[in-house]
Amino acid sequence: MRAFALLLDRLAFTPQRNGKLTLLRDFMRERPDPERGWALAALAGELVFDAAKPAFIRKAVEARMDAQLFAMSYDYVGDLAETAALVWPAKQGANPGLDPGEPELTEVVESLQTASRAEVQRLLESWLDALDADGRWALLKLLTGGLRVGVSARLAKQALAAMGGVAVSEIEEVWHSQHAPYEDLFAWLEKRSEKPSAAAAGRFRPVMLAQAIEADDFAKLDPADYAAEWKWDGVRVQAVNEGGQRRLYSRTGDDIAKAFPDVLDFLAFDGVLDGELLVLIDGHVQSFSDLQQRLNRKTADAKLRAKFPAGIRAYDLLFEGDDDLRTLPFRARRKRLEDFVRRANSPRIDLSPLQPFASWEELGRLRAAPPPGDARLAEGLMLKRWDSIYEAGRPKGPWFKWKRDPHLIDAVLMYAQRGHGKRSGYYSDYTFGVWREDANGERSLTPVGKAYFGFTDEELKRIDKFVRDNTVERFGPVRVVRAGKDFGLVLEVAFEGLQRSARHKSGVAMRFPRISRLRWDKPAREADELATLERMLDAER
Amino acid sequence: MVKPHEVLCRSPAGLYCPPGDFYIDPVRPVKRAVITHGHSDHARMGHESVLATAETLAIMAARMGEGFSGATQALRYGEVVARDGVEVSLHPAGHILGSAQVKVRARGLCVAVSGDYKRRRDPTCAAFEPQRCDVFVTEATFGIPVFNFPDDGGEAARLLKSVAQFPERSHLVGAYALGKAQRLILLLREAGYHETIFVHGAVEAMNALYGRFGIDLGPLAPATVDKAKRGDFAGAIVVAPPSAIDDRWSRRFADPLPAFASGWMRVRARARQRQVELPLVISDHADWNELTATIREVEADEIWITHGNEEALLRWCALGGQKARALSLVGYDADEGEG
Repeated sequence: MRAFALLLDRLAFTPQRNGKLTLLRDFMRERPDPERGWALAALAGELVFDAAKPAFIRKAVEARMDAQLFAMSYDYVGDLAETAALVWPAKQGANPGLDPGEPELTEVVESLQTASRAEVQRLLESWLDALDADGRWALLKLLTGGLRVGVSARLAKQALAAMGGVAVSEIEEVWHSQHAPYEDLFAWLEKRSEKPSAAAAGRFRPVMLAQAIEADDFAKLDPADYAAEWKWDGVRVQAVNEGGQRRLYSRTGDDIAKAFPDVLDFLAFDGVLDGELLVLIDGHVQSFSDLQQRLNRKTADAKLRAKFPAGIRAYDLLFEGDDDLRTLPFRARRKRLEDFVRRANSPRIDLSPLQPFASWEELGRLRAAPPPGDARLAEGLMLKRWDSIYEAGRPKGPWFKWKRDPHLIDAVLMYAQRGHGKRSGYYSDYTFGVWREDANGERSLTPVGKAYFGFTDEELKRIDKFVRDNTVERFGPVRVVRAGKDFGLVLEVAFEGLQRSARHKSGVAMRFPRISRLRWDKPAREADELATLERMLDAER
Repeated sequence: MVKPHEVLCRSPAGLYCPPGDFYIDPVRPVKRAVITHGHSDHARMGHESVLATAETLAIMAARMGEGFSGATQALRYGEVVARDGVEVSLHPAGHILGSAQVKVRARGLCVAVSGDYKRRRDPTCAAFEPQRCDVFVTEATFGIPVFNFPDDGGEAARLLKSVAQFPERSHLVGAYALGKAQRLILLLREAGYHETIFVHGAVEAMNALYGRFGIDLGPLAPATVDKAKRGDFAGAIVVAPPSAIDDRWSRRFADPLPAFASGWMRVRARARQRQVELPLVISDHADWNELTATIREVEADEIWITHGNEEALLRWCALGGQKARALSLVGYDADEGEG
């Protein structure tokens, strides 16, 4: 556990991608099988244990220590697993470094895979006794599934690629035929054996992603070379049916089929489809917040499926039967896709329509003012070169995304709450409001949203100071900040969309709000009115 | 029976002994001061007379100039000075070079003031000696159960492993110029690191002083760029005061990897706030286990807590039936101090 704990600890504090890659690569070179494979699986999110719920951890600690002392500790640290790891009353006189009872990662993982729930609780306590604080932290993070050390599955695969000196797409290609602890994969990367077969039916194919287009790109690009289509505001997916093997993958290759059994039912075709997962009612796209009701769930019951029916809007076709189309140009793939979707004839699979255009100016106008209907809910436009092959990764040039400009409003800071993790000493979560006029013509601020990013560390320090200097009242972790006609901090807030919401007092809910600018210069009374937001709401659809 | 506060009490200038008419670590200029150690929040300028260990007096002179006080009197550990029926003696506190606990005995009552202290081994100073007393006045910088510090050798090993793993970067270690820096350097020497360690000017001055007291820190060089090029510090360890690491000073190093040696690094959010990439949990203060073990060991009737996080320690004392109270002294950097 020690080496894994050290790795996690270093990863958590190393912001740079290259630094993380070095740490991962070295770990995989230094540690033996199967330990490195289990570590990799844990980091890539392939190992999930639900044996230790936070409530259990709390109970185990409180059985050994005064609840009030634990509460003070938790309050100070702000993270349950970390608090428990730090305060766990260790056995007197034990030397954790030499204690033969200190578990290795392999032992932990393999025990957890076979142990019953009751056994897990007993094991957990004995492991906590045998480990030091860092080891306990790693163990608890592993068990509660919250590693959060900034390693994506993709980064883990890149580290593998670096270790073996191969391209990351080669790793992605075979990844889905491999299982933790990946001994075949390591054998290949260490040149002890052949590349493992990727031939498993229904496997994930690495997806192609778009670069964000920059203003000066247009001058270099000929509109005749590109097709345009809407960038739908859902979740990018790869839908597979190969010889009856049906799969639904996220763009990073995570299998999300369990949450979308209805979509899986409609994959009545033979091929690999690239598209956007959306809530579709009678062929019309619903808002992202509707889709959110279906995301990150382990299952979806009939009620949920009926209320938020999910479907796929198709962008591309990678395979038709055994026929690999990825080396064909987009123009040819598109033709095959159109026929494919027509033949599939499914109410939950439709085609993402192309938007013809003659000039960038014309396309720009379309982006700024999409026609009524689904397009109003799109995130923007996608540009794809007619001659582009389907290439894994994010190559520069063939595909671009051209997102809509965000909506902006000026709002006044009303409440601030201390952040979590690295911001636990800063007031970094802000509730902001706009002016509302009541029946008597009195103006008051009404909260319309909450944002906790979009500012630099320097700006955070300044807002934090402002909050501390201008606190009117405190409710637990929340401070009420002085805000009125003649005093207040104006925040320019950017957001992607607006929906009616019964849950919010103001009646509106923002999608993806963030602070875009601090308007120290702007008097609070000149911030926006709720009526402005309500007008945006009407314009949305 | 004399009341403890008749021997030692709280006053705006700090802890005051009425029968002896002196203050311990006063935060403003006074007639007579007893100084526990040389950190600037405890050792201030402008007293009429100062009683401290020879090392502490030397540190004060080095940091504030020879005229830092009217008169000075050096006391050896264990030596007793008596005046007006009050006996004062200094005893090792294990915090930094010259650091001392102050034991005051008057009218049959013994009060021991810990100053800042730690219990684990430190090759740069004498080890803490617990004093039996009626009232034990303790610090509580790390008086929360989450602060249990690991073995410092392991922390040094993590730094050395990182140096081997990232040879293209300069490891910039924040460590308080007085005490922590020298201890860290010796820890690295003990871990088998014999390369030149580069130091910031503030650290250099204190290293020289430690050298005068016979502490050999091995090969050192100033981290200056007069003749050197940026790349010259790649793969090197540089020790600097924590403030210098956030400062423009650190821009001279190629791709610096910020590390920080402090007890505060035990809590991840603290390390993140300081944007530290390699938090090293090395403290010159007693951790929770050391604080509670020391309170048990001195067997005092009463525990007074001077500064730091006293709430949890008070709770711990209450659970064990130990009489305790918080003095909540101000002026000592319990939070962002040398840790």
